[in-house]
Parts: sequence; C-alpha cells; structure tokens
Amino acid sequence: MLAIIDYGVGNLFSLASSFKAIGEQAIVTGDIEVIRKADKLILPGVGAFGDAAEKLRQKGLDETVKNEALSGKPLLGICLGMQLLFEKSYEYGEHAGLGLIKGEVVPMEGAIPQNLKIPHIGWNALKFTKSSPLFKYIKEKDCVYFVHSFYAENCNDALIAVSEYGKPITAAVQKDNVYGCQFHPEKSGAVGLNILKAFCEME
Amino acid sequence: MITKRIIPCLDVKDGRVVKGVNFKGLNDVSSPVELGKYYSECGADELVFYDITASSDGRRLFTDILREVASNIFIPLTVGGGINTVDDFDRVLKCGADKVSVNSGAIKNPELITEAAKKYGNQCVVISADIKRVNGEFRVFAKGGREDTGIEAIGWIKRCVQNGAGEVVVNSIDTDGVKGGFDLEMLKPICEAVNVPVIASGGAGCAEDFVKLFREIPDIDAGLAASIFHFGEVKISDLKELLNKNNITVRI
Repeated sequence: MLAIIDYGVGNLFSLASSFKAIGEQAIVTGDIEVIRKADKLILPGVGAFGDAAEKLRQKGLDETVKNEALSGKPLLGICLGMQLLFEKSYEYGEHAGLGLIKGEVVPMEGAIPQNLKIPHIGWNALKFTKSSPLFKYIKEKDCVYFVHSFYAENCNDALIAVSEYGKPITAAVQKDNVYGCQFHPEKSGAVGLNILKAFCEME
Repeated sequence: MITKRIIPCLDVKDGRVVKGVNFKGLNDVSSPVELGKYYSECGADELVFYDITASSDGRRLFTDILREVASNIFIPLTVGGGINTVDDFDRVLKCGADKVSVNSGAIKNPELITEAAKKYGNQCVVISADIKRVNGEFRVFAKGGREDTGIEAIGWIKRCVQNGAGEVVVNSIDTDGVKGGFDLEMLKPICEAVNVPVIASGGAGCAEDFVKLFREIPDIDAGLAASIFHFGEVKISDLKELLNKNNITVRI
C-alpha cells in the first residue's frame, strides 16, 4: 500500500487518480500509523515552502516522514514536496526543510535571464544527468509539466535530471531511496504515469 | 525550453459537449469524458472545458462530470464559464481543475482576480478576454461577445495581470469563426504588454495558421481552437509534426 501524505496543502485528487490509473492502491492520509504501515510514501505539496513546512511540523509528520525515509522506505516528493526534502529554502525568508537531500531551494528570479517568464509553467524536456530507476520507463527528451517559481540548487550529488530554462533547472533528484520531482508526474501524461509506475516498483 | 502548447477547447452544455463533434472510434461524441480522454491521449498539451450552462441544475451536472473528466486525464485542465466568485473557484478546483478561467466575472468584479490569486496562487488564475475592434481600438466584450463594455482591452489585460492573473487567453471576436488565421495584429501588442503566458484563440482554420502564429509572435505560448480539432480538420499529432518540422518546439 502506497500512502499519499495529506497535511492540508493542495488538492490530492489528481495524484490519487493517477495511481488508480496505473492500478496501484493508494491511500490519501495524514495518519501517522497508516504512514508507518505503508510500504511507499508520496510527499505532495503546492503553495509556499514556509507554510507547508510548518503544517508538516504541526501534524508531527516531519519526523515521521524523515524516520520512514531513513529506514529505507521509498519516498517520492513532488513539486513543493520535492523542495521540502532539502535542507533549507529561501522562499520569502529562510526556512528549514527535512534535510534528507543536500541542497537548498532558491528563487528563479535573478537566476535566469529576465526575458523568461516566471513561474516556469508548461511542458519542458528532461535531460538525464545520472541513471535512475525512476526513469526505467521513460527516455531522455521526454516532456513533463512544470509549475514553479523556486528551484533546488547545490544538489549535484543527488541530481538525476534537469530541464533547460535559461539555465539547467533541477527537475529530479535521488538519494538512495529518496526521490523528488520538481514537475508534476500526475499532470505529465503517459510519461508522468510511467514515472509513477517505476516508483511503485521500488522496494 | 518550454514547448508551445496546443489546446483544444470543449464547450459543455447541460453535461454534454456541444458543436457536433465527429470522431472515428468514439462511441459517444458528446461525452466530455470520452472526448477529454481522446484529446489527452492524442497529444493535446492541456484541455479547456467551458461551461455554457445557464441553469443551476446544469451547473451541478457540470461539476459531477468535471470530476469524472479530471480523474481520467493526466494533463493540465482549465475550467471556465460561470466563474463569478471565489466559491466558484473552489467548486471547480475541488473537482480536479488546475486552472480557472474568468471572463465576465472579472468585468463585473475586478477584485475577483485579486482574491482568487491570493488564495490559490497566480498560476491558477487565467483571465480570458473576448476582444473586438471598435472605432480603431481594441475593446473588451462581455456576455459571450454580445456586449461592448467600453473597456480598452490592452489596459484591461495589464490590470488583470497586475492583480494576479497568471495567464491570458485572447479571443479575437473579429477573427473567430472566420478560419482565416489568428489575429496577429491584436495578439502582438498584448504579448508585449504582459510578462505572463498568452494564449491565442479565435481564427485557426488550418495547421499552417499555428505555424504562422508561433513564427510571427515568438513570445506567444499557446494556440487554442475548437472546431478545427473537433471536426477532425486538423489532427493534433499532424499539427505537432508540422510545427516540429518548422523548428517550433513542441511536445511530441
């Protein structure tokens, strides 16, 4: 059983539907016991980093997610959920993340050429920087759907894919059993579903 | 780089897609769920569902159907039609919409954009404007293009973006239905005026019209059309191949 962690941030309808589409049993839950019993975890998230990190802490889910990930359980962070995996974020102030992956989250503003629109919204091609089991069913140059204004930096050790937007932008990361996608696999058509499928096959 | 988007738009009335759609291999050509799946699988980059229902019963039905559409497609979904309050945003977002498009609702109450953007983020709020030339200026029209509001269009769109709209749909009433190509003369100044994605709508008659659009206005982000896709005059896969051949970056 796969658990989609519900901590009151964003709508999890599409994410739950996409696991259903690939025939995977997924439960949307904020219950610590259920999360402990699940064999895989999804950490979703939209909105502001500080607010999301705080909500995760208030519900005591930050420690749970961290402990489960450190015990070797496959974890996939999506969009803001991926950003939360890092040590810290500079989105409107400075906020601590879960620290499961080395690196930090910084604004795109000032980091990319001025003529490019922010947020980075739309379909962009993936460029693999390292091989990863997450990409088992997809290929280089496949397009995925992004919506974000901040991105992860200084995370080269864990970097597995980038997308070009004025500069290479962190698209996906992996450290052992901890995975993250800046893009939305649940909105990325067949390519996205194939990424989720590969994640579901991890042990 | 971000790819240029191709977006089919489906008008839904009382739970059914209107405009006599005709596709091979589809059992029910007016089912929003079937059509949504079809487009999603044949390469559309996003779908727009527009609710043209007038009754509240029809609106409830639309919401039920929307939920079913959203659970069956895995590309971004924009919903418009009858969006007048933040509660309307809430209603369609809970059903799985990713973006909400406002038109007359923002003309009646410009605060709507500010409030919705604050609550759901700019990326969620799309301003859709029906625009027509009147006495040498671009004017915003309301009520499905029937009523001249007297508002100058470029200034209006700029204000909407300042208030928090994260995307703009420009529907030219002058070229809509003519099938002679997009309204490049109208789109150019709007693209220059804002720094959020702009979607061209109204006038596409053939695949070459999209090539011309993206060539002549490199800053335009997407092309939206209804009938040429619905009637099978242009297949999305063929259109994307043509764009690709013309060095326009698309998702294939």
